[in-house]
Order: sequence, then structure tokens, then C-alpha cells
Amino acid sequence: MSEPLAIDVSGMTKRFGNRTVVDSIDLQVRTGEIFGFLGPNGSGKTTFIRMLCGLLRADGGSGTCLGFDVIGESEQIKRNVGYMTQRFSFYEDLSIRENLDFVARIYGILNRKAAVDASLEKLGLASRGRQLAGQLSGGWKQRLALAACLIHQPRLLLLDEPTAGVDPKARRDFWEQIHELASEGLTVLITTHYMDEAERCHRLGYLAYGQLLAYGTVSEVIRTVGLTTWTVKGPRLAELAGRLRKEPAVAHVAAFGEALHVSGTDAAALEKALSAHRTEAYVWSQVETSLEDVFIHLMGEARDNFS
Amino acid sequence: MGHSTSFSWQRFVALVVKEFTQMQRDRLTFAMMVGIPLMQLMLFGFAINSDPKHLPTAVLLADQGPQARSLVQAIRNSGYYDIVGTVTTQFEADALLDRGEVQFVIHIPADFSRRLWRGEKASVLVEADATDPGATGSAVSTLRALASSALSHDARGPLGGLITPPPRLDLLVHARYNPEAITQFNIVPGLMGVVLTMTMVMITSLAITRERERGTMENLLSMPVRPLEVMTGKIIPYILVGFIQVSLILIASHVIFHVPMAGSLALLYVVTSLFIATNLAVGITFSTVAQNQLQAVQMSFFFFLPSLLLSGFMFPFRGMPVWAQAIGEVFPLTHFLRAVRGIMLKGNGIGVVAGHLWPVAGFMVVVLLIGIKRYRQTLD
Ligand SMILES: Nc1ncnc2c1ncn2[C@@H]1O[C@H](COP(=O)(O)OP(=O)(O)OP(=O)(O)O)[C@@H](O)[C@H]1O
Ligand SMILES: [Mg+2]
Repeated sequence: MSEPLAIDVSGMTKRFGNRTVVDSIDLQVRTGEIFGFLGPNGSGKTTFIRMLCGLLRADGGSGTCLGFDVIGESEQIKRNVGYMTQRFSFYEDLSIRENLDFVARIYGILNRKAAVDASLEKLGLASRGRQLAGQLSGGWKQRLALAACLIHQPRLLLLDEPTAGVDPKARRDFWEQIHELASEGLTVLITTHYMDEAERCHRLGYLAYGQLLAYGTVSEVIRTVGLTTWTVKGPRLAELAGRLRKEPAVAHVAAFGEALHVSGTDAAALEKALSAHRTEAYVWSQVETSLEDVFIHLMGEARDNFS
Repeated sequence: MGHSTSFSWQRFVALVVKEFTQMQRDRLTFAMMVGIPLMQLMLFGFAINSDPKHLPTAVLLADQGPQARSLVQAIRNSGYYDIVGTVTTQFEADALLDRGEVQFVIHIPADFSRRLWRGEKASVLVEADATDPGATGSAVSTLRALASSALSHDARGPLGGLITPPPRLDLLVHARYNPEAITQFNIVPGLMGVVLTMTMVMITSLAITRERERGTMENLLSMPVRPLEVMTGKIIPYILVGFIQVSLILIASHVIFHVPMAGSLALLYVVTSLFIATNLAVGITFSTVAQNQLQAVQMSFFFFLPSLLLSGFMFPFRGMPVWAQAIGEVFPLTHFLRAVRGIMLKGNGIGVVAGHLWPVAGFMVVVLLIGIKRYRQTLD
């Protein structure tokens, strides 16, 4: 692992027709890092990943992936990348073992049988190797896909929503495995819609409408957005939320269980605005802004900017 | 766009193994690929083998002599011809044939009996509606035997055992509408080409389209595989299926229909493998163009129908207008039919057959080039 940056691209752009789906993204991911990619549906996460591994031709941009040119050397990139697609894309009419065996053959793995056996063992599917992949449940398909992506020992993993529809226990196992792999030097770029998963990443990027709006560690992202957040508990929160949304200083109001989170970018103005609503029935307290507050805020802002 | 454009044997094997396994899983398709040739052979074979009788016939009788009358009687008695009427002019005869009301018009000229009496050569003209040559063939062939036996018997009668030379009869058959009458031996070899064109093009046109529709293409493209590896990997298993089809047809046509095999079986298989590969290349190329499986099937039919119609299988090639012949010359099926009929029926060797192979090979190369060019290495 000589190069410090596994991914180092700038100006990556993709247009479908006259719609710019990925708009001039600069991104650096360090070797051995777990980089989380977040953003609302249709924000261009999948498209960006596809450009990285040469599945889509970029309309603009340059840079390197694992030291290879992202535009001209996709062949070498493909050899060293494990890409797990958002939609299960192994062969449902092949068995679990046959799928793994196919991938192992394609990459020319020496000692193929041993590699496939080890992979099945690790998956916990050793006894079910002959089952057709199409008969697996959604969560198990995800696990099979991950195992298949790892069989050729890639240096970079591109995981597109790998835990969608996976149960909590399996998700935790999955993240443990990811951290273990990262500590061995594997770089991981992962997209997710789960906040708890985002918090497990070393660094994050937040994408909306094809633009990278925030970028850094969890605390860096929270700090750059600069939100102040209050919670409030009490009766008829929905009505209160309606009233609060009318305040210009309130950037967004979101319900979290029994409480509302009220955030704003200007701390003083927010406090002043809230004072009007501080009646006896309600318990107010200032809290640390969470990642979720930040993302809800970013999503609202992006909508204002683009629609 | 990579620099390592070399074909990898190991990746090719990976794809072939995968395709074989998938084919083996898809029992229904496999059963159809084996079933279709047998079914077609039986259907066509049945139609060929049938020996139609009681075919509507008109007689243009210009002679009222005894020989003429006994010939007509013999024709009627044979069972092959139902004499539905007599006509007096060529115009009436043509009209009946045109409308398809009769299959045959038998002309017996005015001097028929007189010529036979004199020991001269007499002639009978049979006009046959040969649009469906299978229907007319055996009726016409019985007529000759029929006529001579009826007339020798007649000749002997009045002269009481006097030995006269057998009557000299000229039987002219005028096959209308379809001058190059296709015989049963002609159809069975042709059927091989038709079945191969239909199944091979269709099945492979679905190959890449299916990967795209199921989403597996994204995965395949994210791996370091080359277009040629994917295409040839998909072609190989179906070449085997093609051989199974051809062998089934050959065995059945030999055992059931006694179609001769005048030439070399090995040569036939060589020609067939080229033809199979060509059709598979067409199918693969279609599947790189088609957006979904329905389009792929439609494109296959778009290729299959003109192949079938213009190759000389359905209509005699030389009977087609020049422009249709020109189009027909392009299709591999046209040349394959000539080659197969040449080998099986005429015993043609490699020297003659090679002339039919070049156009097929050329077609394949062009189609493969288009396919490789069209094969998208990206999802764009
Ligand atoms: N092949 C394509 N042709 C046209 N538009 C496309 C194509 N692929 C994606 N898009 C559009 O590009 C935009 C970004 O899509 P993309 O799949 O990258 O989003 P995403 O961030 O992965 O969303 P999600 O979270 O739902 O997976 C969407 O609006 C989508 O409609
Ligand atoms: Mg996506």
C-alpha cells in the first residue's frame, strides 16, 4: 500500500441527456479508510461509484483510483476493485458455490476450490453451497454478494447500500467485518441511508443533487454545518411544530419520538425566536446537534436550492 | 479501453462453464430446443409423406377415339384423379387452374387415337398446379405407368392377341407456378437450416439482453472481462445444442424418411458448425442492440422470416424475381441450403461446397464485427 490516497478524483461529472446527475465532484479517500457516502435518493451516489470503476463513462473529471487513471485504465481498476451493486446482480439460477466459483475463475484465483470453500465457510454457508442464489432471502443475498466481491482480495471495496434490508445482528457483523478488513489496509467506499452506519465511518461525504455538500469526519461535518439544536417535550407537539416552522430563525423542526428537534444556523436568533414559545407546558433544553439533524437540514436546504 | 486487450482463456472458460450451468438449469428452453426440430420434422415429414389422392382434374378431350376414352377411364380408376369435368378450350382450362378448382388439366390432342393406330408417337400433356409440389408428385408419376398399361391392353383387344409394338406415348408434364418442384428429399435437409436459424438466433439474442434485464450485466461489466470472451463464451454451449438438433434431424430423416446421404457426413458437420456459429453471431449481435427481451425476439423474427422466404426453402430460388434473389443471396440460410442439398443429395465434395461457404463466413465476420462494436463495456 504505497500510495496514500486510494481514490483521488476531481471534477467528476456525469450527464444523462441534459441532466447533470453528478456535478463536478472532488473526492479523496485515504487508503485503509472507511468512507461513507450519504445523500437522498437520486442524488447520484450510484452513478458516481459506477464512474469510479469504469461502468459509466465520465463526461468530465480526472484523477486516479488505486493509482490508476480513472478514465483510461478501468481495466486495471476492475482487477483490484470489489464492487457490490445496489441491486443483487449475481446469477439467481446458479448456486451459491457456482456463483463464487464463477467469480474466482474470472479473476484467475489460484487454488480456486480452497478460496471458494474458505469464502463459504466465512459466510456461514458451507452447508448450503448447493442452494440456488435466487432462493436466498434478501439479507443472505447481500452477504453472498459481499463474499463474492471479496474473493479476489481487492484493494478497494465499493459497496452500494450493502445493508439495505439486512437485520440488525447481521448488520453489526457486517460492520465488524468491514472494520477488520479496513484495519488490514482495504479501503472501503460505502453508501448508506442509516445514520448509525454513517457514524461508523471514518469520514463522510454528503451528496445532494449531484453535489458534495459536506465532507469530513462526523464531528467535522457537524461543525461545518454549524447548527444549534434544541429539544422540546410536551403536549400537542405537532401543533407546536407548525408554529415553530413559521419562525424565520428556525431552519428545521423534526420529530424524534416524544420530542421535537429544533435547529437553526444562528444560535442567538434561534434562542430569541424560541423564547416566545417557552410556556410552562413545554420542557426545553439545548442539545448537541446530531448527524441526523445535520442531514435533515442539508436535505431541506438542497431542496430549496434546486427545485 | 484497457491496454491488455488479449483474450483470456481462463476467463473464457469461466464464462462457458457458467453458461452451461445456466442452460442446464433452464430445462424448458433446453427441451424446446430439442423438441422444435423433432416436431417440425414430423410435421413436414407428414406433409411430405402423405400421398394425396382424388385430386380434382379436368380433361381437355379433343379426341373421341377409343384409346382416348380408355385412357380417361384408366385415369379415373387409378384413384389419384377425380375427373370433375371436361373442358373444350385452353382458356377454360387456365381459368380452372388459376382459381385452384382443379389440380390438373389433362390434354388429349385430336390426333391421339389416330397416331396410336398408326403406331406413331402420341402425346399427352398434363398441366399441374405445382404450387404444392408434394401434392402433385406421386399422381404425375403414376400417370405414366397407368397410360402405357391402359393403352397396351387396348391395343391388344380388337386385334385379338396380335402382337403389336407397345404404344409410343409422350407424356409431357407442365408444372405450373413452381417450375423447380421441391421433392421430399429436398425439404428434410432444408429443414435443418430452418430449425437452426430459428432456434439459434432467438436463443442467443436473448443472452445478453437477459443479463441486462436481470441486472447481472452490471456485475459482469464490473469484472475484467472482454467483449469477445463474453460473446464466444455464450456461443459455445449453443453450438453443442445446434449439433444435437442437427443429429436428431439427420437420424430421423434417415430412419423415418429414408433421405439418402450421398456425400460425406463429416463435411456436412463442418458446414453445419459454420452455419450454427453464424446464426449465433447474429443472435448475439441482436442482443447487443435490443433494449429488452421482447425486442430481441422481434428482431429474431425480422431476420428469420426473410431468411425462410427468400432462401429457396419456401419458394424455388430461381422462380423469384431478381431483386428477391439478390436479397436472398445475402442470407446464410440460402447458401447453407445449397451446401446441404449438395452434400446429401448430389454427393458434392469440398470443392463444390466451399463455394457456398464463403458467403456464410463473410456474413458471420461482418455480423460479429458489428456485435463487438455494439457491445457496450459500460452501462451508458
Ligand atoms: N442510465 C441512466 N439514464 C438516465 N438517468 C439515470 C441513469 N442512471 C441514473 N439516472 C438518474 O441519475 C440520478 C442519480 O441516480 P443514482 O442511481 O446515482 O442515485 P443514488 O444516489 O444512487 O440514489 P439511491 O439512493 O436511490 O440509490 C437519478 O435521478 C436517476 O434517475
Ligand atoms: Mg443508488
